[in-house]
Amino acid sequence: MARLELDRLCKTYGDTIVVKDMTLDVSDGEFLVLLGPSGCGKTTTLRMIAGFVPPSGGTIRLGTRDITQLPPWRRDAGLVFQNYALFPHLTVRDNVAFGLQMRKVPNADIAQRVGEALKLVRLETLGERYPRQLSGGQQQRVALARSLAFRPDILLLDEPLSNLDAKLRLDVRVEIRELQRKIGLTTVMVTHDQEEALTMADRLVVMSDGAVRQVGSQKDLYERPIDKFVAGFVGRSNFMNGIVSESGIFKTKGGLVLNCPSSAPLGAASFAIRPERIAIGAESSSLANRFVGTVEFVSYLGAALDIHVALGGGDKVVAQTANRSDGRAPAIGDEVVIGWPTEATRIFPETRPAP
Amino acid sequence: MGNKAFAKLFPDMPAANLNLPIRAAVGKVARLLVSDIVKFIDNGQASPRSLGHISSMLTANHRTIGRALLFAATVPAMGLILLPLIFVTWLAFFAQEIPSFPPEGYSIKWFWRIADNRSFVDGFLLSLEVGILATLLGLLLGVPASLILSRRKLPFHFGLLQMMLLPLLVPGVVMGTSIYVFHIETELATGLPVLGSFGGLVAAHTLVVIPWVVRLVMASLEGFDRTIEEAALNLGATPLITFWRITLPSIRPGVVAASLFGFVMSFGNLEMSLFLVGPGRTTLPIAILQYLEWKIDPVVAAVSVLQIVLIAAAMIITNRYVKLARVI
Repeated sequence: MARLELDRLCKTYGDTIVVKDMTLDVSDGEFLVLLGPSGCGKTTTLRMIAGFVPPSGGTIRLGTRDITQLPPWRRDAGLVFQNYALFPHLTVRDNVAFGLQMRKVPNADIAQRVGEALKLVRLETLGERYPRQLSGGQQQRVALARSLAFRPDILLLDEPLSNLDAKLRLDVRVEIRELQRKIGLTTVMVTHDQEEALTMADRLVVMSDGAVRQVGSQKDLYERPIDKFVAGFVGRSNFMNGIVSESGIFKTKGGLVLNCPSSAPLGAASFAIRPERIAIGAESSSLANRFVGTVEFVSYLGAALDIHVALGGGDKVVAQTANRSDGRAPAIGDEVVIGWPTEATRIFPETRPAP
Repeated sequence: MGNKAFAKLFPDMPAANLNLPIRAAVGKVARLLVSDIVKFIDNGQASPRSLGHISSMLTANHRTIGRALLFAATVPAMGLILLPLIFVTWLAFFAQEIPSFPPEGYSIKWFWRIADNRSFVDGFLLSLEVGILATLLGLLLGVPASLILSRRKLPFHFGLLQMMLLPLLVPGVVMGTSIYVFHIETELATGLPVLGSFGGLVAAHTLVVIPWVVRLVMASLEGFDRTIEEAALNLGATPLITFWRITLPSIRPGVVAASLFGFVMSFGNLEMSLFLVGPGRTTLPIAILQYLEWKIDPVVAAVSVLQIVLIAAAMIITNRYVKLARVI
């Protein structure tokens, strides 16, 4: 168990930059999630930590060691693969024992530690089975046990839940998180599923185009997204393009005039508001920004309703409201009043200021 | 009935004898194939779009006719393949010295005569030795070659692969002649005793084994999930241990089949070996040929039966562990 430090880590293939200047500090026992769309460089970063991709520059430190140049088999980083990559010709027990055998652990100790690892993932009765005789969820737990048994310095999870069905995924999420907390093992997980990332992480790193966009807690990312990408990727946002014409005033391309935080710099920008911060009808009466619009579409989500409202001039927003017991909901074609508090809005200038 | 009559009756007798290992191999494969085809038609299920669909459109009556036609085509073909094997086996148990029909009686004495014939015993031992060594060398060279060819894009990739497979296509006589000339030239240039040497023979047989190794191992590498190799590296295995404990067990069916076929090809090789054996160094197929030059009696048939039994046993045992029909 150790702390992981990435210092200006980068990877290029010819002219293509896959990961650029990644600097990151994962503290001992922390569960860090790399989140981003496919092709953002998160998996490449994980594979650099595991040693399968040689970095083009920068250093990787694990605990007190500089592991940048070490081959994968000397890194002590347990990687759980997306497809589990269990050895098909070995039993569950032999799969889990493999890492210990490679470390020349005495046989008696191996038996005991394999037993412990299988108990940890509640598979102690299936040790003699072969991987093909197990369900997807069980295979996933074998892969986890195999990576934990040799007591790595760090656990790396590469989209570990993406091959499980939706119901199982929810259980396994919590299971992995509890296990990790119990062992206190430093963990880096890669995922493109933001819900998964939000439920499991201590801290998240949002990546796109090979670069880190924002690092922070769930609350940091959701309530204080640093740019339009993060605002759109973590949770949902309504965006309207326009211009901050004077301090605290935003004019949309469609001609609406909105209040915005007075700290927003003047110039072309995007205006963002979360759907659940938009109030409809009477609830909006005390709010600073109020508009009349037409309901274009209503989607029924069960616990909530998404109300798509056209505001005239081509601007549209989606408002999310709780599905109330009285069953009253706007219908398509209804005129509604919507509103939101100014402090719920965010302005992202079109050209990002240099960091 | 004299020698001439026998020759008339069995004009291809020597060839049948000498190519027996190959015929046995082909016969086994053909039988597996035919049984698969018959099962396929019977179930009418294998490919929903093509045959299954068509056969489901046909009435039961049509299907019976179809099956009759299939048997009409396959049974004579199977007969053609198996007939020499059946005749040779029958002949081996004839009691009289000069084979004639009908047999005057049956005996197993010819099998005991094999042991008295030094050239058969020595030939068998040499063929065994050469076959085993050539197979081992063929695996040692062919398996790494297959790994590289199936994983890396090399310059002249296609050409390299075809070169490895070439010994399958070049006639044995051509191979033999060219290697013979090569041996002479090498001996002239270096003074090393290459011509007619044991090493030269093994090297040439290795050449025959390599295409089988490359073909079968590359086939089993297709669809091999390389992330399990990464998993092994991640768990602390060096690349060499990873190959030995993870990669090799995964391609074992291909390697086993390659060893078997490579060995059978080497063991039964006559044409090429004829050019490369030295004085006092005779492989079994050559020993059989030489024996036939001055004497024809059921001993030759008995030797062939032993070969058939040996190779059939090897195939049946192998087939228990590795389904041959699946790799070939």
